[in-house]
Amino acid sequence: MSDKGVVFGKRNKTLFFDALLVLVILAVALSVFLVFRLTRKGGAYARVTVGGEVVAEYSLSENGEYPLNGGTNVLVIKDGAAYMKEASCPDKTCITRHRTGISYDGETITCLPNRVRVEIFGGGER
Amino acid sequence: MNTSKKNVKTLTVLSLCVAVAMLLSYVEHLLPVFIPIPGVKIGLANVATVFALYTLGAWYAAVVSGVRVVLSALLFGNVLGLLYSASGAALALVGMILLKKCRVFSAVGVSVVGGVLHNVAQIIAASLVMETLSLVTFYLPVLLVSGTVAGVVIGVASGLLVARLKDKI
Repeated sequence: MSDKGVVFGKRNKTLFFDALLVLVILAVALSVFLVFRLTRKGGAYARVTVGGEVVAEYSLSENGEYPLNGGTNVLVIKDGAAYMKEASCPDKTCITRHRTGISYDGETITCLPNRVRVEIFGGGER
Repeated sequence: MNTSKKNVKTLTVLSLCVAVAMLLSYVEHLLPVFIPIPGVKIGLANVATVFALYTLGAWYAAVVSGVRVVLSALLFGNVLGLLYSASGAALALVGMILLKKCRVFSAVGVSVVGGVLHNVAQIIAASLVMETLSLVTFYLPVLLVSGTVAGVVIGVASGLLVARLKDKI
């Protein structure tokens, strides 16, 4: 090899270390995922903020439909999970990304265009 | 080859790398988004950076990456985008240079670390901007995997390029 470093030379050696590197990264990803999955707690309330200010808090134990921010978004709470039913923006990210709803402590739905944020809190109090 | 001739050649290749990086950034903007998660992307422009890293050297790779980040922000982006892409590019570059110095990884390994660190830096930057940790819990595993996949693809592509073009530079 030249002084330019290893490109595809010494196949077996680099292949081993490359594969090791990929496996280590995937293992880290899997463990981070599992740690957060296993340590998460159920939340009790959904807190709604518009532009950083808290405007409402709803209990997850009561089903209901709540218009937010003067009607730009509609939040639905059903069977202990919160999801966005309507949004005035064109991309609808807040609806499509959390179709199954959020219910765990710290989970959030964010509607960037309308600056609406829904966050679950109060884990363990239910 | 005498020094001035070599300098001209280096400058030309460097400029070509920057031009290719810009072009690839643009091409990537045109590609349809098939995984609708912010931050999941292939990072085509990194081919030019890895290529410069292997053919010209670490400093030149830094120039390619830095110029691309600034120019892309001016052409397509905004201030917040510049913050994200600059932090991603900087950490990725440092990681790739260090990994290449280990001399046991191929361009694939180097580029994988580049892709992964790019995503990690962006999550950190986004968490700081939005002042929340909830991004990390969901995005970190996803972006680690997507960075790895993108890194393998980019690494193979740039490795092939380097192997074929190295003797001509």
